[in-house]
Amino acid sequence: MDTSIETHAFLSSPEAISTALEGEGYIPTPDIAMAVYLGHSLQKPLLIEGPAGVGKTDLARALSAALIAPLIRLQCYEGLDAAKALYEWKYAKQLLYTQILKDKVSDVLGEVSLDGATGQLEQFDDVFFSEGFLEPRALLKAMRQSDLSVLLIDEVDKADEAFEAFLLEVLADYQVTVPELGTITAQVPPVVILTSNAVRELSDALKRRCLHLHIGFPDAAREEAIVAARVPGIETSLTTQLVSFVQSLRDMDLRKRPSIAETVDWARALVLLHTDSLDEALVRSTLNLLLKYESDMAAAMPEVGKLIRDTAPAS
Amino acid sequence: MSAAANLTSFIRALRLSGVETSPAEAIDAARAAAIVGYGERTALKSALRPTLAKSELEAETFDRLFDLYFAAPARETRSSAAEDAQDESDTSEAPSLLEMIQSGDSTALDAAMAEAARAVNAEQIRFSTQIGVIAQRMIGAMGGEELDAELLAELRANPGETSERAQDMIDARRMLMERARAEARKAFDVFGAGETQQFRDDILSHKPLSTLERSDMARMKPLITKVARRLAKAHSRRRRRDTGVLDVPATLRANAGHGGVPFDVHWKRAKRDRPKIVAICDVSSSVARHVRFLLMLLTSLGDVIPDFRAFAFSSRLGEITADLKEADFSAAMDRVLKSHGMGSTDYGQALSDFDADAPRAVDRKTSLIILGDGRSNHGDPGLEIYRNLAARARTTVWLCPEPETLWGTGDSEMDRFASLTAHPAHVTNLKDLEKAIDRILAQYG
Repeated sequence: MDTSIETHAFLSSPEAISTALEGEGYIPTPDIAMAVYLGHSLQKPLLIEGPAGVGKTDLARALSAALIAPLIRLQCYEGLDAAKALYEWKYAKQLLYTQILKDKVSDVLGEVSLDGATGQLEQFDDVFFSEGFLEPRALLKAMRQSDLSVLLIDEVDKADEAFEAFLLEVLADYQVTVPELGTITAQVPPVVILTSNAVRELSDALKRRCLHLHIGFPDAAREEAIVAARVPGIETSLTTQLVSFVQSLRDMDLRKRPSIAETVDWARALVLLHTDSLDEALVRSTLNLLLKYESDMAAAMPEVGKLIRDTAPAS
Repeated sequence: MSAAANLTSFIRALRLSGVETSPAEAIDAARAAAIVGYGERTALKSALRPTLAKSELEAETFDRLFDLYFAAPARETRSSAAEDAQDESDTSEAPSLLEMIQSGDSTALDAAMAEAARAVNAEQIRFSTQIGVIAQRMIGAMGGEELDAELLAELRANPGETSERAQDMIDARRMLMERARAEARKAFDVFGAGETQQFRDDILSHKPLSTLERSDMARMKPLITKVARRLAKAHSRRRRRDTGVLDVPATLRANAGHGGVPFDVHWKRAKRDRPKIVAICDVSSSVARHVRFLLMLLTSLGDVIPDFRAFAFSSRLGEITADLKEADFSAAMDRVLKSHGMGSTDYGQALSDFDADAPRAVDRKTSLIILGDGRSNHGDPGLEIYRNLAARARTTVWLCPEPETLWGTGDSEMDRFASLTAHPAHVTNLKDLEKAIDRILAQYG
């Protein structure tokens, strides 16, 4: 546990984390860097909530890249159960082996009574429920890493409540229990990141075991830095202008406000179109990259001209 | 006050404001604070927030209280300043209150003020009306009586005129009172305001909707949002259970690779219907208030009730689902009340309109909510149509603003409607509305 803290200079202070993440093109706020830092120093999972597309999953990706640690991802969905997240037995392999070993079985058993055969078989049945037949899934894989890893449990709010309860053991003690094998404790506790889009409220028990981080929409300065980092070759003046446009779009009463992912997509499109400043026709024709609902488009269209004028750099 | 005690008292303030912090989380907070230290405010804030505030809403409360509690840098230095002051008192004579004020030593005064606040238990403040009393007690604890006595002596010594020294003392006293009141107000903002708010919300949600005043209306909206959130939390749980019946196709599919030997058994799952609600609301003036809040609550539950339709009537009936989706809810509501609220109530007409306009709106997955007093102005109440609707619906809830004793009196057909309704209920306040909707959502568990 201690060695992992020592060897990863990246995690030694919030500032170091900021620098490391920026190196991977992820621009964290001081709050994000602090939460990651504490998550590591207190050995606690980090639960990230916030609107879609603000970089919750990306944080895990950037962390794993910065730490050069494998990213183990568990995508949650309705109906996900412990077996699919933790381990499965390789049924086919077990079946195949029993078929192949059929002849062997008669050798072992020889000419004994049914009672005796059952007794003798019992000595062997553990053979088929051993590591060799175990198919580790994300959680078990993360627990068995010999080096630091990043475990991302994505969209945990989509999973059923029962699964959430099952996660508690993993999150609190960094261990999982496989009934046939016993309890497996993580050699190196992974950096655990959970994300949620608040489809449903998570249980208090889960929240209590995690540090909580809410990532909202970024302020203009941070968004400009993100666009600059993500879209190579973009003019600074265009960045300023388009970020200011998106920011004022967010102030409108929309069904789904554009998030960072949409800003970056739009910026990329504008660069591809060789744009150096926003004009009304262009914005109108590319607005569907920012707004995903018909009603939002209808609400924003009449405002486009005014919004662009507001964002135009004072010349 | 030690750093740890400081944090504990901050956590108590959080709890009073409705942020439910467990001891385990308090320990995490202390560990986090120990790692980042108390030196830098912003770092401390971003370190404590993830350990203590576990939702966006809680984070807001946290930010507000943190800014209040760790307000001036004075508080961080205060504990050491207090110790310094104590050290001084060992060696030299402690300065009198007047000297302290006149010397302009604001740190010492802050320390004395904090000490006094502790001495009089300012954290126990619960109501804003206590601010004056607490401030008065704090001045007492700081030696205000001596100051008063001195001032009195000074005034007596020079009757008829106010000496310069007396004027100084009067100014000092006034200044002291202001600072003490500020300190007491802060204690109230941190420790009392949250609880008072909850207390007020509690009163408001039990207050009859028909007697709400204009000033209450503004506070109802956040309160309704809160109720909606509570209901959503209780009913967004997705329970899936096996029915105990083998799902043959799924099992065959899953085991095709094993030569059809059923290792991996799949069971049929119980299907769970999503809540579907149709609300038919009498919008004549007698029940307009109730309609407003019921619809506000139902629309706030959009995530839990994806399928929701609303109809309004007094005599003729019309669908208002689209109006409710507008951004400005209260403007839309005003318009609905105006366009549908005219004319005398006619249940028979409204129900037959409903049957004609939206014959498929009610099916066996639908819960039907009727809001109205059941007074049909001696016209045909349309009982037969209602009986049919109720038979088709999953459940029926009739919300009546009149108490049971009045049902069936005069032109009220409420007793007859009630006999056809699964859950007839008398609603007066927000709590009743919450209970009724809770009951409906429980049907889809």
